[in-house]
Amino acid sequence: MTTRRNFAFLDENSKKEIRRTILKAIAIPGYQVPFASRELPIARGWGTGGLQVSLSLVGTEDVVKVIDQGSDESVNAVNIKKMITDTTGVTTTVHTDEATLIQSRHRVPEVPLKEGQTLILQVPIPEPLREVEPSEQKTKEMHAHADYSVSWLHLFEQIVKYGQASMHADYPVIVNNRYLMAPSPIPRFDNPKLHQNEGLILLGAGREKKIYAVPPYTNVKSIDFEDYPFERESFVGKACRLTGATDVYLDELKDEETGEAYYLINDQSYMLELLNKQEGVTG
Amino acid sequence: MGYVAVKGGQEAIAESNKRLEYLRIQSGRTLDVADIQASMKPLIDQVMSESSLYDEELAALAVKQAGGSMEEAVFLLRAHRSTLPRLYYTTTTDTKNMAVERRVSSSFKDIPGGQILGTALDFTQRFLDFDLFNEAPSDLCEKRATFEEEPVPESNLDLRQLTKVIDYLEEVGLYQRPAMDNTEPDDITKKSIQFPASRSQRLQSLTRGQTGAVTSLGYAEIRGFGVAVHPNIGELRIGELPLYVQMDQEDNEEDEYYLGAITVTEVEGFIPVDVVNEAGQTTQDFAIGYGFTFGQNETKAIAMSVLDYALEYKDPEYPTANEEFVLLHIDSVESSGFISHLKLPHYVTFQSKLDSMRKMKNKGGDEA
Repeated sequence: MTTRRNFAFLDENSKKEIRRTILKAIAIPGYQVPFASRELPIARGWGTGGLQVSLSLVGTEDVVKVIDQGSDESVNAVNIKKMITDTTGVTTTVHTDEATLIQSRHRVPEVPLKEGQTLILQVPIPEPLREVEPSEQKTKEMHAHADYSVSWLHLFEQIVKYGQASMHADYPVIVNNRYLMAPSPIPRFDNPKLHQNEGLILLGAGREKKIYAVPPYTNVKSIDFEDYPFERESFVGKACRLTGATDVYLDELKDEETGEAYYLINDQSYMLELLNKQEGVTG
Repeated sequence: MGYVAVKGGQEAIAESNKRLEYLRIQSGRTLDVADIQASMKPLIDQVMSESSLYDEELAALAVKQAGGSMEEAVFLLRAHRSTLPRLYYTTTTDTKNMAVERRVSSSFKDIPGGQILGTALDFTQRFLDFDLFNEAPSDLCEKRATFEEEPVPESNLDLRQLTKVIDYLEEVGLYQRPAMDNTEPDDITKKSIQFPASRSQRLQSLTRGQTGAVTSLGYAEIRGFGVAVHPNIGELRIGELPLYVQMDQEDNEEDEYYLGAITVTEVEGFIPVDVVNEAGQTTQDFAIGYGFTFGQNETKAIAMSVLDYALEYKDPEYPTANEEFVLLHIDSVESSGFISHLKLPHYVTFQSKLDSMRKMKNKGGDEA
């Protein structure tokens, strides 16, 4: 028995339905739009939300980049990229500025997005209130009333207990002065990049069956208090060992010979671009 | 280009996949899809039920490709399901028209039509059968011939027209049939489940639930964390159900097309509930918990009927009365996917956590 595969795997009706969901998400920034998430040949929890968004949007002219934890070569990124190219034959790139569709897990690339580019973030837990309220029915009501006092209370409790916000990645934001949104587990370092971003940012949660969006030029603010302002991860006094860069998110690594910690740029295609530029200059 | 930290993922994956395939074929032995389909019926039924896709041949193929891994086979079949356009719904089918192969009731000794044991593992003794080590195809043919020579007793029973046990219960006034609900059912594969869930959403979610998960939660409900009395199986029936689709909008039965028949399991569980009559006296009636699965999946169908009851007659004290707790956690593809995603790299988020913890410790140090 032989079978014919659809372009971009899903049947056309499913893709159309997902595109309609995306349009609604763009129309209501930060609001989680439910959709009938499809099972994919990639496991639930491994990026199926982002992948369904990518597969519904990708056309033959698109240039696709897939990153996982900042790396184009990470196992899951390779797997997802292969699935997209196997079913569509589209071109891929590692360079952020060349891509039209960028699917990413846990990072917003260091190279700023431009108009016309779409960043698709994979989301494990789309509900920013889930940590304080397990029930979906209740969190839906809280969103309807913009009743987010529990989130500030949660933040307040952390400050009382630890002297600071203990939330690390997936730090909640208010989108378009209305909806509280989980930015997906990007580090706090990336939160400010969402604000007034020139590109379209789509967030897809496959297992939890939600799609939401930050349209271009939308206000995005991390929740905080005046006297305890939002803080990014601090890399003060640290720099990338290869490029010397300091204004980027760094990976902490251990030198096997000296046993000392050293740092490298986490966004690896950006590190390559910087290195090539530097070698070009010195060489 | 060519920094070690950046390159290597692609090659490593290719090698890992090669190794997986090598281990699959290493012994030089393999099962044909036809062998699996012919000799592993309970496995096929379980895969079809959890996948929400009734296709015995594709289920057998999924089992072969998955090397017998249940969660992997379901995963494969569900993914395949996503590629199929969904064009029609079958028309309403009445399980009274089932061509019954097995039908038992634990509530009444003598039910109209009698107990029909059909095929079940229930009455076997679970000794390992060492003779199966040496079973040859010729043995099978010989054995089959012996079976087929046995005389079949005459019977006037029409297995397509068996009355249901619940009808008797209604006749004797112990069951109040609820008003017919003809609301168009939701389809959780086209619109995600919303809470509070409709009964159709609940039943769809339960019937495609992971067999082990549905069984465990149903067990908890009747053991102590729930109704804590055990229900009576009014009727468990297994058989073939004919399916039709209607091609035009008119509700004309003559325009229905016969698609074929599927084997299903249906369970109606009886559980007593309190009712207050007009005079203000509390008496008891039976409530029905309903279970229905593709294929012969008896344990799951019974557990499903228990959970259907638990979610209809909610006792907020117990987790099995919480529909989000039950319905959002029993899906095989979702639970196994999310659990297994923990194996993915989480370097970035872990670095963020380290930063937060170090800041915390430094602040603590200042104050001390």
